[in-house]
Amino acid sequence: MIQAYVPLLILALVAGGFAASNILITFVVGPYRPTREKLSPYESGMTEIVPPRQRFPIKFYVIAMLFLLFDIEAVSFYPWSILLRSLHFAGFIEMLIFVAILLVGFIYVWKKGALDWE
Amino acid sequence: MRDAIDIIAESLIKSVVAIGFLFASFGYLTYAERKILGRMQSRYGPNRVGPFGLLQPLADGLKLLLKEQVTPREVKTFVYLAAPAISIFVALMAFAIVPVGPPFFLFGKERIMAIANVNIGLLYLVAILSLGVYGIVLGSWSSANRYSLLGGLRSSAQMISYELSLGLALIAVVVLAGTLSPMGIVAAQNQTGMSWFFLLQPIGFLLFAIGGFAETNRAPFDLAEAEQELVAGYHTEYAGMRFALYFAAEYINMVTISALVTTLFLGGWVGIGNGIFFNITSAPWAQLIGVFWFLFKSAAFLFLYIWIRATLPRLRYDQLMWFGWKILLPVAVLNLVVTALYVSLI
Repeated sequence: MIQAYVPLLILALVAGGFAASNILITFVVGPYRPTREKLSPYESGMTEIVPPRQRFPIKFYVIAMLFLLFDIEAVSFYPWSILLRSLHFAGFIEMLIFVAILLVGFIYVWKKGALDWE
Repeated sequence: MRDAIDIIAESLIKSVVAIGFLFASFGYLTYAERKILGRMQSRYGPNRVGPFGLLQPLADGLKLLLKEQVTPREVKTFVYLAAPAISIFVALMAFAIVPVGPPFFLFGKERIMAIANVNIGLLYLVAILSLGVYGIVLGSWSSANRYSLLGGLRSSAQMISYELSLGLALIAVVVLAGTLSPMGIVAAQNQTGMSWFFLLQPIGFLLFAIGGFAETNRAPFDLAEAEQELVAGYHTEYAGMRFALYFAAEYINMVTISALVTTLFLGGWVGIGNGIFFNITSAPWAQLIGVFWFLFKSAAFLFLYIWIRATLPRLRYDQLMWFGWKILLPVAVLNLVVTALYVSLI
């Protein structure tokens, strides 16, 4: 069965080599005439005032954490989804309980306002 | 030993052909997009380079290759260079499990028209699609530019939000088909005449299509490149070939999503009316006809991509998040529950 993954490994090698050579070729072809202005971060033509690395809104962290929770939920659906035909109605009920527990969490998140974006 | 050489040679040939095909389709997808957008806006689109402008993609590629590479002062060089490579690598890997046609015999062995036939196909696909975020996040962060950072954050938050409903739509398909293998799903759709999953799973199809649009950062979800606010989003600081890799990754992802829509919802490489009027799998030239149907369906969905770009305005960011979390996610869960109820009762 492990044989089935050999093509993926080979594709990974070919695609990886292709991607890397495309990056490396940029050092060989094309002119290179840097000036001070050319190498400054793009600011729509303005002079740079504050350093570009700054903190960003916490909102994005919250979304990322919620994503992790719900994505793990989605992953635990996969084995169930293949077996459902042999689990019959009992399998459906079990999944319903799982979804119900998740739903409580989802409603909590919703009411807390974590999904609102202003 | 001969078997090992056979497998390696077969996968090498398939990999090179697939990458060549994906890049060719990238080039001509940009051409088709500009041409169709032009026509929809009463313009001609590219028509100078070659007949009907058909050599335009080659000219563009050559130009991008020969451009000066500007690497701004404050970038984290290694990550900055690796990020576009990650993006294109992930985009190329995702296509591996899509069957583009029926199997055929060559040199005394049955060959499949997909790079790999793994039994966890869709799980692999979801894993690979999730990796796409890395190219964008790393590229935007390492650029040391505010537009890049904001664009990258926006698109990564958007991609992970819509990935949820995309994944749940996939699970509904798996529940119906009872297998994770794309080939099994194509077979399941063509068992009894016409039972393509866009008929059995209309909501799942919509969810997958919307999620696919958001995953590829395309209109109306192209907030990462909202020109008026963010210049070019996460690839603001990239030039020449490095930019081209991001660009290629976006278009190749579009091709992959279209191929997936074809495989999972539109019956794959099997033509309309198969099993009712005729049986295509036993016909001569079955392979060529199969590939034709696959390309035709994928092209139709790609046209939808461009059509929507010409039609719909861009969403606002709060609308995007609201839509993804408060509408799509509950609908996706509900769709899955209803599908599971149906399957568990039969």
